[in-house]
Amino acid sequence: MIIRRLLWLGLVVLGVSMITFVVSHLIPGDPARLIAGERATDEMVAGIRQHLGLDRPLYVQYWRYLSGLLHGDLGTSIRTSRPVLEDLKAFFPATLELATFALVLATLLGIPLGLLSAVYRNKTVDQVVRTLSVTGISTPAFWLGLLLIILFYAKLGVLPGGGRLPEGIDPPTRISGFYILDAMLTGNRPAMVESLKHILLPGFTLGFVHLGVVARQIRSAMLEQLHEDYVRTNRANGLPKWRVVIRHALPNALIPSVTVLGLAMGDLLYGAVLTETVFAWPGMGAYVVSSIQALDFPAVMGFAVVVSFAYVLLNLVVDLLYMVIDPRITEAG
Amino acid sequence: MGDTLGLLWYRIRKSPLTLAGLAVIILVLAVMASASALAPHDPNVVDLGQRLLPPSALHWFGTDEVGRDLFSRILYGSRQSVSVALFVVPVAGTLGSTIGCFSGSFGGRADALIMRLTDIMLSVPSLVLTMALAAALGPSLFNAMLAITVVRIPFYVRLARGQALVIRELNYAKASRAFGASHWHLVRWHVLKNALPPIIVQATLDVGGTILMAAALGFIGLGAQQPTAEWGAMVATGRNFILDQWWYSAFPGLAILITATGFNLFGDGLRDVLDPRQKAG
Repeated sequence: MIIRRLLWLGLVVLGVSMITFVVSHLIPGDPARLIAGERATDEMVAGIRQHLGLDRPLYVQYWRYLSGLLHGDLGTSIRTSRPVLEDLKAFFPATLELATFALVLATLLGIPLGLLSAVYRNKTVDQVVRTLSVTGISTPAFWLGLLLIILFYAKLGVLPGGGRLPEGIDPPTRISGFYILDAMLTGNRPAMVESLKHILLPGFTLGFVHLGVVARQIRSAMLEQLHEDYVRTNRANGLPKWRVVIRHALPNALIPSVTVLGLAMGDLLYGAVLTETVFAWPGMGAYVVSSIQALDFPAVMGFAVVVSFAYVLLNLVVDLLYMVIDPRITEAG
Repeated sequence: MGDTLGLLWYRIRKSPLTLAGLAVIILVLAVMASASALAPHDPNVVDLGQRLLPPSALHWFGTDEVGRDLFSRILYGSRQSVSVALFVVPVAGTLGSTIGCFSGSFGGRADALIMRLTDIMLSVPSLVLTMALAAALGPSLFNAMLAITVVRIPFYVRLARGQALVIRELNYAKASRAFGASHWHLVRWHVLKNALPPIIVQATLDVGGTILMAAALGFIGLGAQQPTAEWGAMVATGRNFILDQWWYSAFPGLAILITATGFNLFGDGLRDVLDPRQKAG
């Protein structure tokens, strides 16, 4: 199964690269002219076009792109003039740190909310949690981010309005690329406090949308468990209600939720696009938005290929994890 | 059919959240239809003497950087933001479901090819694909609509195909085939009709998602262009003034939130009623 899935991964990358390649060459603007600037002569533009290979037939360009891809070469960004892979590598840790923070937040808050909602089904708590989770998926993340900036930065002045660190504080020595973790490992206290402060608002913005998804998943999984015979037996044997809920029903309800959490991580990675733009968070999302606006198609394609690759890989990991925690699920299934 | 609707209404009536969603939808549609009658000001009249005024009795939601009344612009904006969804969802839903039903009912090589394509498109994060498509087509509300439609189609293909695979093995479909029904007849009278409930649920939930997606594209400048009043674009422009004029971004975003919540609440309720397998409560 794993081999088949890995082959599928290759196919997806091929398909994605083809889709984005075709799409990005539909662009009505002329990237060569864009690089050359407005005052460039036609000869200069033609020279740049030739240099970038933009004058070759489309299939030749695609073939060159694809063979580069196999060597881990995603082309060169038109906007930054650096290899796209280098750019993405530089921005990826910031996005991953933000997405991880948001996922942890969504999980820590979502599990208890879903649990309460299931135990007090159809009571006020349940209605509140359900409304909250629907609100979560209906909230435009970029707007929530702005509101938080207005409140905590502009009005109260307690939290920073954007970026990863304030000016004057250097990033901690790079170990993982996660500022919080690196600062902790190197004992860099000011960097740790500041990076925590900076991640709070964007992390909450991104996590809020998924809080509802997690709560809803836990709720329905818990409801299923609470109807099982073992729960009734335990209760009949005199075990306290909450002991049965926490010790017996919850672990079983968490198993099917692993998939949802795994998929949420994928959503968070690309959902960060808007949040990063609002908070000037120096990650892949903010990078790709600037690239789109500059018609920098190698960068956009590179982003799409890398994120799709990560997305499919994540799905594979989740399925494998699923087999480990629930041995009833076999490879064939 | 009348009985079915009656039963549906009976069940919906019992769920306050679903009713609330329905009320919001009706309200938004009413605003869309009568924006010109409701708006206290012309949404496009520039009055530089009235720039960036805070909310007041005259301008309920304040004014923007060229003195236009924000409340009126938000009312008119419903026509842009909501009509995107009312175009995208029916078009993507109909195209996708039709392809999916035929693909699933007939099987064979065409089915395999369609499914591989669908799987590839579903593997790409939809926001990224939509953004790339919209950027390639050029920034405009219509192109944003096209981009969202194309990206939504595979969701319906997969859903409808799954339904078709189940339905074609059911006894009534088999019986119909045994009596010599053609493929067309089978798809038209059995598969499409019975695959409908989950598709309708998906479509209702999609309206909310599409409104958010259109607003997001408007926010990064790939949707409606100035001076069109569109909620996402208004939030984006308001961003330049958030430090002092909080109302500029806050109210258009609130309109997006309320509208999307309405459709999502109703879709959720509809799922409980129409799709008993997924019933959570």
